[in-house]
Amino acid sequence: MNSDNSSGHISQRFDDELDAVKSQLTEMGGIVEKQVSDAIASLLDADALLAEKVVKKDKSINTLEVSIDEDCALILARRQPAARDLRLVLSIIKTTTDLERIGDEADKMATQAINLAEEGKAPHGYVEIRHIGQHVSKMLSQALDCFVRQDVELALRVAQEDKAVDLEYGTALRAMMTYMIEDPRSITRVMSIMWSLRALERIGDHARNIAEHVIYLVKGDDVRHLGLKKMAEKVHET
Amino acid sequence: MPSGKITSVTEQTNQLQTAPSTGETKLANRANDYSQTVGNIRVDSPKMSMSNVDVFYGDKQAIFDVSLDIAKNEVIAMIGPSGCGKSTFLRCLNRMNDTIDICRVSGKILLEHEDIYDAKLDVVPLRARVGIVFQKPNPFPKSIYDNVAYGPRIHGLATSKVELDEIVETSLKRAGLWNEAKDRLDQPGTGLSGGQQQRLCIARTIAVSPEVILMDEPCSALDPIATARIEELIDELRSNYTIAIVTHSMQQAARVSNRTAYFHLGYLVEVGKTNDIFTNPNHKLTEDYITGRFG
Amino acid sequence: MSQTTIDIVNKNLAKRYAREKRFRLLGFGSVMIGFAALVFLLVTIVGDGWGAFKQSSVRLQLNFDQSVLSIEDVADEEQWQYGNYIGVIKAALRERFPEMTSRAQKKLIYRVVSPGADHQVRQLLKKNPEWLGSRQEVWLPADDDIDSFVKGHVDRSLPESDRRIKDTQIVLVDALQESGDLKLKFNTLLFTAGDSREPEQAGIRGALVGSFLTLLVTLSLSFPIGVAAALYLEEFAPKNRFTDVIEVNINNLAAVPSIVFGLLGLAVFLNVFGLPRSVPLLGGIVLTLMTLPTIIISSRAALKAVPPSIKEAALGLGASKMQVIFHHVLPLALPGMLTGAIIGMAQALGETAPLLMIGMVAFIVDVPGSLTDPATVLPVQIFLWSDSPERAFIERTSGAIMVLLTFLITMNAIAVLLRKRFERRW
Repeated sequence: MNSDNSSGHISQRFDDELDAVKSQLTEMGGIVEKQVSDAIASLLDADALLAEKVVKKDKSINTLEVSIDEDCALILARRQPAARDLRLVLSIIKTTTDLERIGDEADKMATQAINLAEEGKAPHGYVEIRHIGQHVSKMLSQALDCFVRQDVELALRVAQEDKAVDLEYGTALRAMMTYMIEDPRSITRVMSIMWSLRALERIGDHARNIAEHVIYLVKGDDVRHLGLKKMAEKVHET
Repeated sequence: MPSGKITSVTEQTNQLQTAPSTGETKLANRANDYSQTVGNIRVDSPKMSMSNVDVFYGDKQAIFDVSLDIAKNEVIAMIGPSGCGKSTFLRCLNRMNDTIDICRVSGKILLEHEDIYDAKLDVVPLRARVGIVFQKPNPFPKSIYDNVAYGPRIHGLATSKVELDEIVETSLKRAGLWNEAKDRLDQPGTGLSGGQQQRLCIARTIAVSPEVILMDEPCSALDPIATARIEELIDELRSNYTIAIVTHSMQQAARVSNRTAYFHLGYLVEVGKTNDIFTNPNHKLTEDYITGRFG
Repeated sequence: MSQTTIDIVNKNLAKRYAREKRFRLLGFGSVMIGFAALVFLLVTIVGDGWGAFKQSSVRLQLNFDQSVLSIEDVADEEQWQYGNYIGVIKAALRERFPEMTSRAQKKLIYRVVSPGADHQVRQLLKKNPEWLGSRQEVWLPADDDIDSFVKGHVDRSLPESDRRIKDTQIVLVDALQESGDLKLKFNTLLFTAGDSREPEQAGIRGALVGSFLTLLVTLSLSFPIGVAAALYLEEFAPKNRFTDVIEVNINNLAAVPSIVFGLLGLAVFLNVFGLPRSVPLLGGIVLTLMTLPTIIISSRAALKAVPPSIKEAALGLGASKMQVIFHHVLPLALPGMLTGAIIGMAQALGETAPLLMIGMVAFIVDVPGSLTDPATVLPVQIFLWSDSPERAFIERTSGAIMVLLTFLITMNAIAVLLRKRFERRW
């Protein structure tokens, strides 16, 4: 049984068009993943050079977003896809938006890394960065994974993880504020850490969005804004 | 360092081709099993109700145990690959299959509460209540006026010329042909363009005030603009008539109908609200057909 | 080195064109031969028959002497019927040629005018009763020997014993022509008179009326029956072996030699039913049997040509089967049926063999007045005349053939016109 919904159309060209757009998306996802991990590394290692690379690479992500959206518009216009194919194209369009935003957040983190490299390391916050960074990177990787494999169980878990990330972020924020009160001279540097933490939290949100798109693609239910309990119900509905 | 099971683009693309997906199982299991119709076949107070209908051409069975309701004032589209029996099924609804000697119909088909296959039922008034429009426009080689007036004349619906004129005018107006035809009512119907001829055929059908209008691929012989006008017309007609339309264009079914029924090899595989069928169908066969994987 | 496709094509081109040219020439040649044969036929017939439309007429001064005629009152049927018109004619001839005094000579001058001319005189008196007792100038048909001579069919150089026309008669003819009393006039008798032993008195009127009456019977029987049969077979008959057998038989009947129908008429209608022989009614029935298969086949073709979409449209509106047939199918098929009927009638007009079998070969003089009067038909008349040796009959045979051909061509032309006019493009 062929589960891959891009193949098997009577029109081979249609299959090819869908394949092309999916591989572009995969490529974009790969680049974005690397951007995130590089941005985190540049922060943790105060590596200004790496950070600059990240900033420069962001352009290619934007180009890919535009290209994928264009191709999707053409598929909609020419093929009038229905059911699964329609949901696939719609979720690809939405996912590129989320990926592009993730790229922006990575770009922001890299900028903060450059600032910190100049001003000197911040006294605190790197533990939180590493922790949340690992968490979020895993989420992103899993989100991309479940898109490729159309695995709704994994998507559900990714969505659930975001709650944990939010909690971690809240804790980290309070910790940063304490640091800032204790040592006002470090405020600018701690602020940089805080912006980075916020960027990471946002990346988590976007990863959750991607997971929600996957559930829409596979199940046909739009589970955005539903809450985790309802989401789980929809996923386990037959 | 973030890590995941997938690290490279090529690996990800490979995954695309081979890995199964949990969401598919709901549909996949039903791929080879379409003897049970998926979806709500019954509606409240239906206009027409079909139960366990079988149709045979000689020894060959064309329709297998189909049950379906058609609600009042709805447009229901019947789609499916060629040879799936949708036209055969449609023609059962006004007993047009009687004209084919070797065709045998069994099961119950009710028009409101009458069984139309009852041995005592007269086919003639049935066909006045359930009209039909065919794939290729077939106006009589008479004038436009006589084309529309033929039905009312033979059924005696008008008692005077004035009444008949009114019926003709109303029908042509309802069919959207009045403005183009009012100055040439005595000219032959065959002199109109394809789209106009089809609208004339619709006017002719409307003239006997049917309750249900059957349409067998009414736009397949027409150009896109004529098609669009007829689709517009179907939407307007809905307020006065119940319409069942067979179409091989899925986009047309998606555009004009409220409910859609998908036929496959003589079985009714799925029926449901058109919006649902085209965004999220329940049966794998339905999905494969409407996404163009076969048909 | 290899040849490209176009080179191969070009090489074969000359042969292909040569083959086509040969074929075209062959076809053209056949058409020309057929055409030449047709032209030859027409020229021969017209050449022979043209003369039939002109008849030598002699102008005489007739004295409707009551005493000679022995008629007191013209209104009295018996007197008028048995008046001595020959006497009047003979008197007029004697008057014209007073120098012919001997009995033999008188016999010769009496033979100038047609032996049946008294009939014409009788009719003239009936038409103009006031002529009784007066002198009138009258044109009477000349004897057929005179007529043939005047038309130049007799070889003057032959010795007298080998000729029908004698020298004395030639002198008379010359004299009459000189005084303008012998002229070629349009042969109205050909169209107004029935058959006769004398060629100059013979006309095709009887045959024409006989043909007309026979065709009338044929048409009024074969068209309704044929159309009804075609309708039944096409629309109502169940499709089973039985109807297949019927269809095969009808097709075969169309190819049966027409004389067989004559035998059928002889055996059944004459012997069993005892219908009078040689009457238009019987001839019509026999021809009906012969034409029916043709009409049924062409009617069925016309019915089949009606597109089923029209029938479906009418049925879909709630028309009953009869309404579909009478409102839509029949009107649309009618032109085709009519064409078939006309062609069938044209065929029947030219039929001889079956009518011979039922006795229409008799020598009928009177023009038939009803369906049960003895009659003959034009083709049979032609057949009978062709047996006679007189030169004038040869002429008249070809003349009658021309009349028959004219009718046939006209009827076929009408059929073609009808078909063209009513042909529909669906």
